[in-house]
Amino acid sequence: MSKKILIVDDEPNIVISLEFLMKKEGFEVAVATDGDEALAQVASFRPDLLLLDVMMPKKSGYEVCEALRVDPSQAGLLIVMLTAKGRDTEVAKGLAIGADAYVTKPFSTKDLVLKVKDMLGLA
Amino acid sequence: MTSGWWLALVVVAYLGLLFAIARYGDARADAGRSIITPNVYALSLAVYCTSWTFFGSVGRATSGGLSFLTIYLGPTLMCLFVGVLIKMIRISKAYRITSIADFIASRYGKSQLLAGLVTVIAVIGVVPYIALQLKAVAAGFDLLFGAGGHPFSWWGFDTTSLIAAALAVFTILFGTRHLDATERHEGLVTAIAFESLVKLLAFMAVGVFVTFVMFDGLGDLFQRAAASPELAQLLTLEGQRPSTWISLLLLSALAVVFLPRQFQVIVVENVDESHLRRAVWLFPLYLLLINIFVLPLALGGLLHFGGQAADPDIFVLTLPLAAGAEWLAMLAFIGGLSAATGMVIVETIALSTMVCNDLVMPMLLRSTWLKAEKSPDLSHWLLLIRRLAIGLILLLGYIYFRAAGEAYALVGIGLISFAAVAQFAPVLLGGMYWKLATRQGALAGLTAGFVVWAYTMLWPSFARSGWIDAGFVELGPFGITWLKAQALFGLGGLDEITHCLWWSFLANIGAYVGVSLATRPDALEVGQAERFVDVFRYARRLPDLQLWRGDASLHEMHALLERFLGAARARDQLLTYARRHGVADWRNLAVDAEFVHFAESALAGAIGSASARVMVSSVAREEHLGLDEVLNILDEASQVRAYSRELESKQQALEAATAELRAANDRLRELDRLKDDFISTVTHELRTPLTSIRAMSEMLYDDPRIDLVSRSRFLGIIVSETERLSRLINQILDMAKLESGRAEWTSSEVHVADLVRESMATLEHLFREKQVELSSDIPDQLPPVLADRDRLTQVLVNLLSNAVKFVPGGQGRVRVSVAIDGPAIRVAVADNGPGLTADESAVIFEKFRQGGNTMTDKPQGTGLGLPISRQIVEYFGGKLWVESAPGAGATFIFTVPLPVPDA
Repeated sequence: MSKKILIVDDEPNIVISLEFLMKKEGFEVAVATDGDEALAQVASFRPDLLLLDVMMPKKSGYEVCEALRVDPSQAGLLIVMLTAKGRDTEVAKGLAIGADAYVTKPFSTKDLVLKVKDMLGLA
Repeated sequence: MTSGWWLALVVVAYLGLLFAIARYGDARADAGRSIITPNVYALSLAVYCTSWTFFGSVGRATSGGLSFLTIYLGPTLMCLFVGVLIKMIRISKAYRITSIADFIASRYGKSQLLAGLVTVIAVIGVVPYIALQLKAVAAGFDLLFGAGGHPFSWWGFDTTSLIAAALAVFTILFGTRHLDATERHEGLVTAIAFESLVKLLAFMAVGVFVTFVMFDGLGDLFQRAAASPELAQLLTLEGQRPSTWISLLLLSALAVVFLPRQFQVIVVENVDESHLRRAVWLFPLYLLLINIFVLPLALGGLLHFGGQAADPDIFVLTLPLAAGAEWLAMLAFIGGLSAATGMVIVETIALSTMVCNDLVMPMLLRSTWLKAEKSPDLSHWLLLIRRLAIGLILLLGYIYFRAAGEAYALVGIGLISFAAVAQFAPVLLGGMYWKLATRQGALAGLTAGFVVWAYTMLWPSFARSGWIDAGFVELGPFGITWLKAQALFGLGGLDEITHCLWWSFLANIGAYVGVSLATRPDALEVGQAERFVDVFRYARRLPDLQLWRGDASLHEMHALLERFLGAARARDQLLTYARRHGVADWRNLAVDAEFVHFAESALAGAIGSASARVMVSSVAREEHLGLDEVLNILDEASQVRAYSRELESKQQALEAATAELRAANDRLRELDRLKDDFISTVTHELRTPLTSIRAMSEMLYDDPRIDLVSRSRFLGIIVSETERLSRLINQILDMAKLESGRAEWTSSEVHVADLVRESMATLEHLFREKQVELSSDIPDQLPPVLADRDRLTQVLVNLLSNAVKFVPGGQGRVRVSVAIDGPAIRVAVADNGPGLTADESAVIFEKFRQGGNTMTDKPQGTGLGLPISRQIVEYFGGKLWVESAPGAGATFIFTVPLPVPDA
């Protein structure tokens, strides 16, 4: 059974590229465009990994991450923070609240795919 | 008539009660639980009200009408100068001042000569006042004793002499138990306060009795008085001379402080400066109460005894007697006795201290007798001198009474004393505030004032009694008319008090100021002047220690203290001093400047500052400080003060500067944070399109076999994201130029109507694509404005493209209207989009803050359009704002001011 990935971002063009990229690698993909929708999708779609943008309307990526990390039923969920904010403090904050990886935009598609595969134990 | 012996018994019992109260007050003080409260202090000041008040005011009112009030209004006015009194008290406490003579002498270099002069003036000046008390009490006694017409006598002594003797004995028992004059007589003060209550109650009781029992209330009295032309005269201010009023006010204002007994109770006996704050309103209140019934009693007496030759000075006694109320007459007599004894006791104690310390001691210290007398303890001698002085002063009072007492009414005698002590005012007040005043000046002023007083007041009082020839008053000495005692230099037409006050003050102040300016003070005077005038600054007595240099042995100093204080008191004082300095045994004390200062103050408490100075210098080998040296030290002290003030103000300036720097730093930090945030936001905005571009390009590059649909879609995205990136960079640069003021502006006449039409035409295709209706309301004949045409177009295009972005496709409507609004042209772009909340309305003008929240609404703008537009509009002097409510569309409005027509 293929692994499931949930893409959360409010930039339509970035969503398009990530969706294309992940589908091509054979993952099952769902999309959410804000924090609230992301939490709903996590519950219904039950992804293995989250590609989570930080700057989003309604709920930021930090808030979504925090909410998921206190939910015991989502203990195995992997979270990759994707953000255009690259300051050290922001990276530290993302990792401190429980993200498994922190990737700054713009990212290398190859590296991202490798990292995702590696995290899912597929490399 | 009351039995004489019964009366004598009551008097003795009353004096016994006073004695008991005084003992109780002393006992409380010894036990450390002082009975002196602010109320007791305020009541003790009422020792001001003597027989003069008790008997004399009524007498005065029968002839002078309301003028009797001046004697009480003056002190009330004096209470307004509470700051002067506080300074006087502070000085007296700091330098252990024992009397008014000591105060003046100490200020002018601890001068024995000056102290002696003040003492002589005080004794001579106050003797008539004491005579007044004797006269009043004797008159009352004779009346009540029932001797009727023929005066009482006992073994050849008249009533007055017996009363004088009794008062002398009483005062000696009462007031000279202790030696140390600065150790306050708390028992005495308590008894005086009690007497003040007694005389007030007694006087008011008589007043109430006469007004409401003998007559039918105040209304009745005043009506009946108004019916008689002579009495009606008393109720008005007509015929009162303003000059008399002013001089009486001035005299009594000064007397309430400068009479030796008043100085004693106000200054020397003061326990706590804060008591004065109560006294300054309670004492005037007391004066008001004791005066309420003066006029009713005067009128009652005149009405009752109309036509008979009754002495108005004893109406207080004769009225109750005439009504048969003997018990009330008795009470009134006790009240009058209270008033007289209170005055005599405090006055003679104060005077005897002065006589002892400032007249007798200096003579003894100089005489060979003291040197021969090897007794180590002279303190009992001091007490003996004071007791003799008390007896002597009362004897003088009696002699004056015999010599001049009959010729004057009570009040007249009192005023002679007031005018005498008023002579102290210039040198004392001047000494507190004027550093240049010198001892020579003080001596000259006092002497001049005293001589003029004696010539114009005292001598004529003897003449009037026929004791000496009255020729110099009526004709002038040796017939020289311009030297007539009560019309000097032809100054006639004044009453004798005003005349005396005018000439004596002229001579006094003139000589004081003139001689002070013409002479140079010596070193000691300069030091004392500094300490007195700046007493509030020398809280720690800094210069005392610097202004003495020399050498003394502990043994000699101890012997000196023992000699004048007695062995026990000397040891007590030394032990206290040693404890304060953390020395276990006083015999190990170091004899330094501070110790010598302590010893001198301790001695000053017993024998006055002038004598203390002489005694200390007799045993200490002092290094004589020259005037220049003293001035240098004082100068240094004041320089130190100036430096510390300067330091203080510098420190304040530094603190202010630090606060400013901190604020500036905070502002910079805030700016820095804003800049950091701005860069972070810009980075974010740049990275977002870059992310799509990079991802799409890499995918296309990595997979050449990608299908054509996806390929062209990705390429389309890359193109539009590249455009977005370029737009963003342009706008950021534009914004930066606007904000830094480096933008280039052109200025020309712009027709706003044309500009709006052109902008609408430019964007028409956008509206058509989204099927949004665009309409306008543009009047003809609008005046042109001065502006940068391209920049204004930029604003309008921004607003129009925002509007088309946010209105729903198909049913959207946007309307542009242009109008003249006061001094400006106003352009409004109204849409029927989703509208904005109040918060959003403010936020959208900030950089990178866009409206619209959901993916579908995700605006295509950069978040810089509105901030840039606002900068442009504000550059032209206009305003840009939005009027909106959620669901009701939004109207963006800007104004451009019309050019001001050339005048």
